[in-house]
Amino acid sequence: MRRLSSTQELEKLRDEILKKRDPHQPFITVCGGTGCHASGCHQVVDAFKKVLHERVKSNGVGLRVTGCHGFCERGPLVVIHPQKIMYQRVKPEDAPAIFQETVLKGKGIENLLYEHPTTGEKINTEEDVPFYKKQMRIIFGNNGSIDPTQIEDYIAVGGYRALPKALFTMKPEEIIKEVKKANLRGRGGGGFPAGLKWEQCRSAPSEIRYVICNADEGDPGAYMDRSLLEGNPHSVLEGMIIGAYAIGSREGYVYVRNEYPLAVENIGIAIRQARDLGLLGKNILGSGFEFDVKVSRGGGAFVCGESTALMASIEGNVGEPRAKHIHTVISGLWERPSNLNNVETWANVPVIIDRGADWYSQIGTEGSKGTKIFSLVGKVNNTGLVEVPMGISLREIVYDIGGGIPGGKKFKAIQTGGPSGGCIPESLMDLPVDFDRLTEVGSMMGSGGMIVMDESTCMVDLAKYFMNFLKDESCGKCTSCREGTKRMHELLTDITEGRGTMDHIDLLEELGWVTAEASLCALGGTAPNPVLSTIRYFRDEYKEHIINKRCPAKVCRAFLKYRILSDVCTMCGRCAKACPVEAISGKTRTKKEKGIPFKIDEQKCIKCGMCFESCKFEAVEAQ
Amino acid sequence: MIPFVIDGQPVEGKESGNILEVALDAGIEIPHLCYNESVKPYGACRLCLVEVGRRGRSKMTTSCTYPVMEGIEVLTQSEKVLRARRMIMELILAMCPGDKLIQDMAKQMGVEEVRFKRDDKDCILCGLCARVCDEVVGAHAIQFASRGDRREMMPPFGEEAQSCIACGACVVVCPVDVIKMKEEGDERTILRWKRTVKMKKCKICGNYFAPWFQLEKFREQAKLTKDFFDVCYTCRT
Repeated sequence: MRRLSSTQELEKLRDEILKKRDPHQPFITVCGGTGCHASGCHQVVDAFKKVLHERVKSNGVGLRVTGCHGFCERGPLVVIHPQKIMYQRVKPEDAPAIFQETVLKGKGIENLLYEHPTTGEKINTEEDVPFYKKQMRIIFGNNGSIDPTQIEDYIAVGGYRALPKALFTMKPEEIIKEVKKANLRGRGGGGFPAGLKWEQCRSAPSEIRYVICNADEGDPGAYMDRSLLEGNPHSVLEGMIIGAYAIGSREGYVYVRNEYPLAVENIGIAIRQARDLGLLGKNILGSGFEFDVKVSRGGGAFVCGESTALMASIEGNVGEPRAKHIHTVISGLWERPSNLNNVETWANVPVIIDRGADWYSQIGTEGSKGTKIFSLVGKVNNTGLVEVPMGISLREIVYDIGGGIPGGKKFKAIQTGGPSGGCIPESLMDLPVDFDRLTEVGSMMGSGGMIVMDESTCMVDLAKYFMNFLKDESCGKCTSCREGTKRMHELLTDITEGRGTMDHIDLLEELGWVTAEASLCALGGTAPNPVLSTIRYFRDEYKEHIINKRCPAKVCRAFLKYRILSDVCTMCGRCAKACPVEAISGKTRTKKEKGIPFKIDEQKCIKCGMCFESCKFEAVEAQ
Repeated sequence: MIPFVIDGQPVEGKESGNILEVALDAGIEIPHLCYNESVKPYGACRLCLVEVGRRGRSKMTTSCTYPVMEGIEVLTQSEKVLRARRMIMELILAMCPGDKLIQDMAKQMGVEEVRFKRDDKDCILCGLCARVCDEVVGAHAIQFASRGDRREMMPPFGEEAQSCIACGACVVVCPVDVIKMKEEGDERTILRWKRTVKMKKCKICGNYFAPWFQLEKFREQAKLTKDFFDVCYTCRT
């Protein structure tokens, strides 16, 4: 590919790419995101390749493996263009029929279409699916239509349009002003104004400055940064180049965890392609500006998402945070001014420059502008990645986009902000999603994890789960964080195993306060949130465990008693087979023999719950 | 010198200094375990917490890592500080309940009981041994391993610390005195790092006085003559 040396050449290339693409020509996109990967999209891709190869008529029908579409619950997703017919849960054996009926004849296949959960009506296109209707996919939207390994695809959808605008029509100060005006706040968790950070870094006296992309996403269940980097790496790269120009940096790093192999691969490909085209390297587009990016792979420590620990890790040291009395924008990586932003923050930059801060700042609330990508997981019908305008209520996310709680169960709480976020109860469901409002109620925006819980989730057990994660992932430097998280986990274990007293709650609150106040970095600073927020909103549930020795959600095994209802028992014997300690006795009914209903020997029972799960007739009762 | 205030008392510190060293010089007591003036401040034990007021805002931070700044107002005994310090002391005591120094410090700070399960560790994970080994000795023989509550100080892979010169600096600097050293005949052993090395004999008194490795390293670092360490310190002076 030729190196582009001016805006005109870039636009000429764009025209050439678009000319080659007939918008009426059918093509098939298969989602290759993480979720669909797990549901077997690769076999589907192979099946389509085979079909397209076999049929002579298929000449010209394109097949594109794209990034994540977000609707992971229904993967693998296949979209047939130009009609944009969306098929869900596609199996390899569906490929010939899809080709025959939809690609060639333009007809939909009923049983592969998405069915409206309440009306039962079949829905043809992606945008009509309720999951997508309330979303605003300005950052994430292109994921579903481009092949992340092809820079032409990104250019075809208008990519690298903001870059020449920034380089040739704006001064660095003007870019910073625009980002400030858009009030872009850091999407990695802190919500610090990006423009202000850029300005401070730019004005720091130094010959060398660094820009860094933080892709060390480590929250359990969160994968928005991963999906962006996998599905649209050029958008992140374009943001970084514009940022580097604004800040006055010639060198950048993408710090990505090595457990994200596809993200590592795709950002690497994107960097090479951008270099080949002259969008990275010396004299970018003939502007005289020089900038290049390296990929630094992390070992998967949660704490390396903290800016100073991340920089220590790039330097080759142990990923341990250091005190930030002198900010990293003054002295960061190798003691040079360093500007670090999260993947999603960088991906917002081209949009702001391309469409302008005035347009951008119309979206959202007073203090939080633009959109936010959340990974909506847990006890919700439509799990997946959702991009919503700031200010949307949690209720809209859970019910309108997420489709409510499965199995007719009752909503209990939503946990935002990853392991260090807090749990928000039903009573606050109308809270608008906004950096400051989430912090006010004891949670946080975080990087965008959103875990929905229903009545079968025990809040004490949940707090224990997160504390277990944090005690493992604390770097261990500060006594308050290392010992604090460990002891909070111990106290919570006591409560869930029946050894809790009311003093445990007081001690948890005191310990939580100290852990947050006395620890160095944000990991320790926010670690107690799951404990403190569940005590704040679900104190009664803690009390039930402590005083009445009962777990209302029937999760904590120490309080459970399993019983087989003899009048419901069909004497099939499954429970007895499942029991690992042979605590269940009875006699299986056969054609010849009548059988004896099964029962559990309480003395032998280890409360593992295997019988409960194995019974198909709800004859096993947990109390 | 940069002027600022600690507990209402005007003090001065040098530009590269930290609050803790200025306070200690001025006779203001702040409890600490992981700070030692011979190495860079680290901020691990969190006992030296103080409240720092700057530009109308106040925050709690470790005094060892906070740089001297003009006009800051430091509180070393505020209710908030004492409350946090007591809990941290209790956490350290729960970790190393058998340590005399920790017991005494806890008592002095009014921590009478431990409300947590008692561990039986001896190391408080202050990292001083490794920092002295890195920054002063330059041997880089030991380092923290693992993270979270599995963190421990150890020689590489838990085996004999091959680059340890058995100088004993870690033995001296350990605030809880759990790194033990023993000398037998011509051998010195640092028990915790499983390191045993040969010692050199003084040409005059005939005593084994220091490990060969240590003398070689120090001689190179200080650019001394080849025969400088042929005699021991006592015989030389």
